[in-house]
Amino acid sequence: MLKKIAGAVVVVTALAGIAVGLSSRADEFTAEDLKRWEGEYMSVVKIGRELWTSPTLGTNGVACAQCHPNGANTHPETYPKFQQQLGRVIALREMINWCLQNPLEGKPLEAGDARMVAIEAYLAYERRGVPMAPGKH
Amino acid sequence: MCLFHRSRREFLKGAGALAAVSTLPVSMVELVFADPGQNFTFAYISDSHIQHIAGKNFVRNWDRGLIRAVAETNLLNPKPDFVVFGGDLAQLGTKEELDHGAEMLARLARPYRCVMGEHDYYLDLGEYWSELFGPHHYSWDHKGVHFVTLNSILTYDDWTHKRWPTAQQRMLEMAGLDNPNGSPFMIGDAQRAWLRKDLEAVSKNTPVVVFSHSPIQKIYKGWNFWTEDAEEVQALLKPFDSVTVVYGHVHQIQYNQIDRISFHAVMATAWPWPYPETYAQAKPHMPKLTVPMNRADPFFERDATGWQLIDLDTGRVAMSYNLYNNTNRKVAYNRETGRPEDAAYQSPDKRIPPQSHY
Repeated sequence: MLKKIAGAVVVVTALAGIAVGLSSRADEFTAEDLKRWEGEYMSVVKIGRELWTSPTLGTNGVACAQCHPNGANTHPETYPKFQQQLGRVIALREMINWCLQNPLEGKPLEAGDARMVAIEAYLAYERRGVPMAPGKH
Repeated sequence: MCLFHRSRREFLKGAGALAAVSTLPVSMVELVFADPGQNFTFAYISDSHIQHIAGKNFVRNWDRGLIRAVAETNLLNPKPDFVVFGGDLAQLGTKEELDHGAEMLARLARPYRCVMGEHDYYLDLGEYWSELFGPHHYSWDHKGVHFVTLNSILTYDDWTHKRWPTAQQRMLEMAGLDNPNGSPFMIGDAQRAWLRKDLEAVSKNTPVVVFSHSPIQKIYKGWNFWTEDAEEVQALLKPFDSVTVVYGHVHQIQYNQIDRISFHAVMATAWPWPYPETYAQAKPHMPKLTVPMNRADPFFERDATGWQLIDLDTGRVAMSYNLYNNTNRKVAYNRETGRPEDAAYQSPDKRIPPQSHY
């Protein structure tokens, strides 16, 4: 008897799960969803822009934007690429960290650090519309 | 770590460059002045952006740029008649920054004159800068050439006097090159009236050389590579047979010819800037004449910075760019084509891959 009840509970739970799932199928989304997701991305771009112009990302008051207005001359569309000064293929974040450590005299960020993701999001946004050019020097 | 090694390597390289520059040849081009004794050169140093951290600490990288430019110009032989500092001595216009920069400039072996930059101005509207360097705009004559220094980084009164709650914020807003809260540079009615009067006394065949911080031509408004009343100023300069405008602010090689006016930009000693067309969201506005400087290699911290030696033997500017980690460049007025041209790279088939920016 107990087993039967337990079975019924499982079935009901599964049905409830399907019912919930009906309102959020993986491959169906609305215009509102798109708007919200873009908003989420843009909120991170905004944080990236704030970090890009921040004198406190490093230790000497120098900001990324001092040398790279609007993120120009960072070429995010070319990474990963052979960074000739380092002699190997690297991702853009490694150059971001190089700048943090050298001109900004600061500490590098972990790859998964929300600040690193925000900077990458900002640079990609400023470069929107430019075709991918992996490996280009 | 690598910072230490880099500094040391840069220092050793610097020492080598000093030795090389002590024998820097001053090119003697065609003489047009009746008296060859009137020939002269001057050096141009610009955009040092001395940046205060705290206490006695300043950003080492920018300090090194100015120290090196001063040391190298002091080794020129023959000596230049004078040196011009093209503006943005400071980063945020503070007394600490202006004092520290003035101390370095005081080591110049030749007399020097200064141009106002926006980074020098927008904290106290140039008051302390004036105590150190004198008036914001002025003119003088030297060996048959009429020189004019303009303060080209003024802007709308409303922006300067009413927009910002503090002077510090006003300075920070103008200091961000790509800051949409900034405001276009201009020379303004009062200074243009002064310029008109100043030029009335100058004969039309006297070579005129104008120093400004911003380009007195419109290149890219988004980064203030721009002067709002450029056309009005150009109209005042146009009647002269030979006019050259030398400007800083852009931290890159640029040159152009508009009517009878030649334009030459100078390098920064602090850091280089990208060309505006490399910003994917901007429209290209670069003078087509310009053969760009080489793309900067950030691993050489003085790359794509430098200072200039200007020779006025022809009454026109012949500008030698002394580049720390690159082959030097020379851009001089070509009488046959009537425009400034690069001595080596002007022809499209002479250009090299590092000159393409994207």
